[in-house]
Amino acid sequence: MESHDVIIVGGGPTGLSAARRLADLGIRDVVVLEREAEAGGIPRHCGHLGFGWQSHRRLWGGPRFAAELRKSASGLDVRTATTVIELSRDGQLRVQGSTGISEMKARRVLVATGTRETPRSARLVGGSRPQGVMNTGALQQHVYIFHNKPFERPVIIGSELVSFSALLTCRHLGIRPVAMIEENPRISAQRPAALIARLAFGVPVRTSTKLIAIEGRTTVEAVEIERSGKREHITCDGVIFTGLFRPETALFPTGLPSEKFSSAGNVSGLLKTSGECWLQGVAAAQDIAGRLA
Amino acid sequence: MEQRFDIAVIGGGVVGLALLRRFAIAGLKCVLLERGSDILSGASKGNSALLHTGFDAPPKSLELRCMKAGYAEYLRIRQKLNLPLIESTAIVVAWNEAELAALPGIVEKAHKNGIADVRAISQTELRLKEPELAKHALGGVFVPGEHIIDAWSAPLAYAHQALAHGAVILRNAEVTDGEFARDVWTLASRQGKITASVVINAAGNFGDLVEMMARLPPFTIKPRKGQFVVFDKPAYKLLRAIVLPVPTARTKGVVLFRTAFGNLAVGPTAEDQDEREIPTCDHDTLEKLKSRAIEMIPALTGIDVNAIYAGLRPASDQKDYVIEAVKDRNWITVGGIRSTGLTAALGIADYAVQLYQKNFGKLPKKPAEEVWTPVPNLSEGRIRPFMMGGEIVCHCEHVTRGEIAAALEGPLPAGDMGGLKRRTRAMMGRCQGFYCSAHIADITRGRFDGKP
Repeated sequence: MESHDVIIVGGGPTGLSAARRLADLGIRDVVVLEREAEAGGIPRHCGHLGFGWQSHRRLWGGPRFAAELRKSASGLDVRTATTVIELSRDGQLRVQGSTGISEMKARRVLVATGTRETPRSARLVGGSRPQGVMNTGALQQHVYIFHNKPFERPVIIGSELVSFSALLTCRHLGIRPVAMIEENPRISAQRPAALIARLAFGVPVRTSTKLIAIEGRTTVEAVEIERSGKREHITCDGVIFTGLFRPETALFPTGLPSEKFSSAGNVSGLLKTSGECWLQGVAAAQDIAGRLA
Repeated sequence: MEQRFDIAVIGGGVVGLALLRRFAIAGLKCVLLERGSDILSGASKGNSALLHTGFDAPPKSLELRCMKAGYAEYLRIRQKLNLPLIESTAIVVAWNEAELAALPGIVEKAHKNGIADVRAISQTELRLKEPELAKHALGGVFVPGEHIIDAWSAPLAYAHQALAHGAVILRNAEVTDGEFARDVWTLASRQGKITASVVINAAGNFGDLVEMMARLPPFTIKPRKGQFVVFDKPAYKLLRAIVLPVPTARTKGVVLFRTAFGNLAVGPTAEDQDEREIPTCDHDTLEKLKSRAIEMIPALTGIDVNAIYAGLRPASDQKDYVIEAVKDRNWITVGGIRSTGLTAALGIADYAVQLYQKNFGKLPKKPAEEVWTPVPNLSEGRIRPFMMGGEIVCHCEHVTRGEIAAALEGPLPAGDMGGLKRRTRAMMGRCQGFYCSAHIADITRGRFDGKP
């Protein structure tokens, strides 16, 4: 069986930063397993500025930051299109790749599988199930990777920081959101963001407003919302569910299998930025190096 | 289409496809007309995917007869078509004294229906069988023969087998008019005129409307909506049996069941309504379903919901299925096939063939040798394509690029995004497309343009 000092599951900011740090600390037998065709994680499709400060003291867009992460990991063993299917107690992993399934093991395994937004289904939002309903993550890939315009006038559900990222993403291809809908009386992101939304983009932010249902046959035609007991319809052609991030713990739904495993980055507790993930990757590497010594 | 068909089936749901398969194998020239942009876009899109024994069906009904025949044939042919069978068993669980008192009647009815291995079990045995069930489960009726199948792969396999026997499937082909003259039907559809000797109405939720082409409908469709909540894969191991409610006149109980894809689901509700086409979910009902599931299995607390969906069963004002030949109109009615249709489909097809022989003439003497068209496996616990390698595109459900490409090719390529999901499970997992939907939109760009 293929065996290593350290296996890192996930090649996003956390995983790549940990791999780099481990190498710098003299631990060379490290493998990063990334299921996507390209490493870099979520920043790959965050086209707007706001990345790189904690790690490089620069201000970049997400794709540039992801590229810099990959560059810093060049020469390291980063295997893309390689999916971990299962973790087992003794530090073993079932891994899927182009040739099928194999087993790998390591003295230490760092799980850095990141986070994703809560989809419509887990929010139990009623209505029909037309095309044009997605999370910010999917929207960003549509726009920044595939240059595809999935809708023209969507509503944005939520007002977290990522909700404004969704707004910026829309803006990039000339998509004009018709409203931002927030259940709480105040928007969730810090105040200036509301100003950005209202002034810079002319998108009305509706607080204390609940999404009741999505309507439409094949594509979205409208949403039904409720405010102070009153219901109304907003005509739109898409719905972007933003935020409510949850750790991607599919590999260990009931906790990490043994002491050989540790986790870092967004999967271990939600962080605000990929810069913080990068810093956690560094810390996790130092911890692992200490344990291996 | 100049060709004259022996049989035109209206409706590409599981029942229509089973009919098409059976008549095509028998050697008749068959065509199927489906109004949706893909097969299975009506009632067959959303059900609970259970293979029923018929233990609780109305005794001596046509429904029971078709269910038993359909059940037996599914078991006979499933391996040749590579269709799954999760041998789960079912337990009708009593949650209070009144329900406990109703159990002997359920056993008696099952025996009357010829399902001899059905028996009552004590609370102790119930807890041994299902340790995760809430402690207020008092006892149950054990039904060993109830199983879980894949509600989409089965009809897809029937469709492919029908195609291999020369049948034609037309999609985006809503029948807008029909004329019967000189012993021939001429159907006007969005894909042009179709002529056929005999028409079979398997139009599901539109069955009574289609029936009007031939006669005053002997049944009225009363669409019954069922909403479902699907829990993430960690829930799968919390249950073995299908947990059924004790049927009462007042309460509409819901079923807890594992799925062939490694999830656990709760549903359906039973809501009578007028809408025939678009089943909608509503938040409060979904919340109630979720809480009801947690009430039955406390360990479900904290497990994510993967998916929500609703289906429309073509229930009718009749107590039984309406399957009959209208001799002077060269017409076979297959109407009011309610929630048991997935189980009964193959049996219904067999019954319809008998009606055909009785009313419209003999089948060809030497039917061609049967061709088997195995479909790709999507179910848990059996070999899946990703295990052989290849690029995984949908990470939650481990769907490979090769599987997606295959579903877009062949004699019956996916006709819309829903059809692609049903053929591959792409985007149907816990992230609901967060990671892969843009990728899949790119792969399918320009594909779904309403081909026949």
